[in-house]
Amino acid sequence: MLLSLLVVTALAVIRLRDLFAVVMLFGIYSLLSASLFVVLDAVDVAFTEAAVGAGVATVFMLGTLALTTSREKTPSTHKPLLPLLAVLVTGAALIYGTSDIPPYGDPGNPIHHHVAPRYLEDSADEIGIPNVVSSVLASYRSYDTLGETTVVFTAAIGVLLLIGGARRRRSEEPPRPDHEEDA
Amino acid sequence: MKQYSIPRLITKLLLPLILLFALYVQFHGDFGPGGGFQAGVIFAAGFVLYALVYGLDNARRIMPPWLLRVGVSLGVLIYAGVGVAGMLLGGAFLDYGVLDPHDPVHGQHLGILLVELGVGITVAAVMVSIFYAFAGRGR
Amino acid sequence: MQILGLYNYWIFIVLMMCGFYVVISRGNLVKKLVGLNIFQTSVFILYISMGKITGGTAPILTGTATVYSNPLPHVLILTAIVVGIATTALGLALVVRINEAYGTIEEDEIHAQSEDEAL
Repeated sequence: MLLSLLVVTALAVIRLRDLFAVVMLFGIYSLLSASLFVVLDAVDVAFTEAAVGAGVATVFMLGTLALTTSREKTPSTHKPLLPLLAVLVTGAALIYGTSDIPPYGDPGNPIHHHVAPRYLEDSADEIGIPNVVSSVLASYRSYDTLGETTVVFTAAIGVLLLIGGARRRRSEEPPRPDHEEDA
Repeated sequence: MKQYSIPRLITKLLLPLILLFALYVQFHGDFGPGGGFQAGVIFAAGFVLYALVYGLDNARRIMPPWLLRVGVSLGVLIYAGVGVAGMLLGGAFLDYGVLDPHDPVHGQHLGILLVELGVGITVAAVMVSIFYAFAGRGR
Repeated sequence: MQILGLYNYWIFIVLMMCGFYVVISRGNLVKKLVGLNIFQTSVFILYISMGKITGGTAPILTGTATVYSNPLPHVLILTAIVVGIATTALGLALVVRINEAYGTIEEDEIHAQSEDEAL
């Protein structure tokens, strides 16, 4: 049920041309996927997705729309046929690939027999905190998390370098000639 | 947004709760769902709400950009610093067991708390400074 | 049973293809970023679906439950979401700069302007 709602939202995102509505739908999409994560037992992930996707991401995208434009132009040169063909072929290949995936929810799947049992069984003795996600995140895989934190840090530096300073060029230079008029 | 008194009032009521909830998620992440990443984003979301309703200038007065820049780097420094502290105490990099010489499990607990704190500070500061960058660009 | 067991994965493929289609067929840069995010979320759903065990519960040790879902995909996706929003913000910042330089966020118009300059 939730999955079907997700698909409907994604299709609506494809159809709509009003970018404001697209961004709002994206927020709804994130909230839906957060509820899906709760159903799939991933409470921590749902938490993050709800706060990030429905909250902060929407605000950033709206901020971008306020700085640019909120209307998508109708494509004139783009032909939808070739992308559609590429998408269908890729999708068919992927669906063919799922025939080898072990069934959903089976405790005998290979993913549950590598390191996960060790995390679940020894975490209580070695780390001593009940939330296994926290203990794996911050202790067993702390190199990973250090890397991720550094990526977030670097992204912030990038954003600040790109648009953090005051805008200078617009006031000093004459506006660029509009190429629409030439054509 | 001076004329809209209802959003201002609701924001005033909700803001302490949001920030308190962020702190709860941050420090209770060992026991329930939560942790540094979530807490940082929630904290930032509360702040973004304040800035949207009360204006960017008021928000900048409370959380000046230099403080954010310090926060962005401080979080990563805390994280890496915990790792280096583990090395200095005779363990491996990011090995929390040695942080408490008597009880390795307690050391693990302490290490996770500090590391999550670092993550939370960085994520919150990053999100708020990105918001400032977008909002400050528009004028 | 076999068909039902793979339903989740098929939906995820449909979502991924929706995102993919938006990325390759639309010229608007903000819409491309939304498409990329849909693509990204579909990968998250794939990972979390893999970690689910039927009858399991969230991996928080309470002492009462016996079967827990796999915590490893949760950890990977948790960090991926936050990194995803950071990189999306970087992309949006690039869009803002492109708009300031070219006055448009449509790919065709940007290409046309660049070709005019090259001539």
